[in-house]
Amino acid sequence: MSKPRVATTSLCGCFGCHMSLLDIDERILQLAEIVEFDKSPINDHKDFTQRCTVGLIEGGCANAENVHVLRRFREMCDVLVSVGDCATTGGIPALRNLVPLEECLQEAYLKGPSVHNPSARIPDDPEIPLLLDKVYPAHEVVKIDYHLPGCPPSADTLWEALNALLSGKPLALPYALLKYD
Amino acid sequence: MSEPCIIFDGREIPFVPGQTILQAAEDAGAWIPRLCHKPGLEPYGSCRVCVVRANGRTVSSCTFPASLGMVVECDTPDLLAMRKLIVEMLFVEGNHFCMSCEKSGHCELQALGYRLGITAPQLEYQFPRRQVDASHPDVLIDHNRCILCTRCVRTSRDLDGKDVFAVVGRGPHRRIAASAGTRLRDSGADVSDRAVDACPVGALLRKRVGFSVPVGLRPYDAVPIGSQEVAR
Repeated sequence: MSKPRVATTSLCGCFGCHMSLLDIDERILQLAEIVEFDKSPINDHKDFTQRCTVGLIEGGCANAENVHVLRRFREMCDVLVSVGDCATTGGIPALRNLVPLEECLQEAYLKGPSVHNPSARIPDDPEIPLLLDKVYPAHEVVKIDYHLPGCPPSADTLWEALNALLSGKPLALPYALLKYD
Repeated sequence: MSEPCIIFDGREIPFVPGQTILQAAEDAGAWIPRLCHKPGLEPYGSCRVCVVRANGRTVSSCTFPASLGMVVECDTPDLLAMRKLIVEMLFVEGNHFCMSCEKSGHCELQALGYRLGITAPQLEYQFPRRQVDASHPDVLIDHNRCILCTRCVRTSRDLDGKDVFAVVGRGPHRRIAASAGTRLRDSGADVSDRAVDACPVGALLRKRVGFSVPVGLRPYDAVPIGSQEVAR
């Protein structure tokens, strides 16, 4: 029997959740034995090679590319898991939701005290993914099957969750592993 | 003569006439989740987290008096779902950034999320635009985190005897205000007010004391809210 495939991505996140996954220490060897990583920054695969059992989503959606990648994950993964506060709530990037986008861009590129921008242009190259009006948690864009909050979720939380999902058991986190910070 | 009793989740529990359902349950070792209720303050019944069904009617157990033979349901799947939804609503209608909040680990709203097993809300985040009043030298109000429980209002009025806080506005514009109607620094608020400790969330905070308890040792890190009050 072939190993279950796991894909991961960081959308509008800081890679802290991926760091937390690496923080499972020597259990990473065990993980490498039981799963095959597909599209993931861990092996640097840029696109899916085939359908995956589990997709881990770090980060919310701040731009059009995030939405594109998230929809691709939904299409290619049997079970999609939001990992971390950015995916489940929008997180720190969603602080910009409290300020209109136009004002954010003006502060970042025109009016901020440390801005040096002689062209006085806000970047608008078509190569740059278009920013969304606000930052959205993953489940407000596609159907998400499980949520693992935390900033980041602890290594134990990720380990418990992956084990449950890969062995087909219900995902029931003990009290100490469900945290929002 | 035996004490008057209510039937609480199928169990007969005694009550003292005048007691609310919540108080009677707590005395009998059953902790009903709550937010706006705080012992020592007049019950207010605004958050609805303590919802139970009493003789078939859904009521807030912190305000509803226990009465002879009353049949109360508390831990049923539908009431649990209702309670979860209410807590989720509080999360989406404010701006609760737990990851950077000084109150994290001490917050009763967050602790209820943990206790009820909420991993993400079913409703859309509203991201309302709200203000922070940091005008006072020692205390601040962050309206982003306020859940309008009015514990500060009632504590200031009834325990501090000061009336520093009030509720102003209606509907989504409802908010806590320094009762002078202006900034917190122009009110009689003092860092030693009991009202400052009454806030269940991170809306009313002392300055310069945040993050003093390490992660892992905070009140709700290892045990759910309510465990200390009632050793089940």
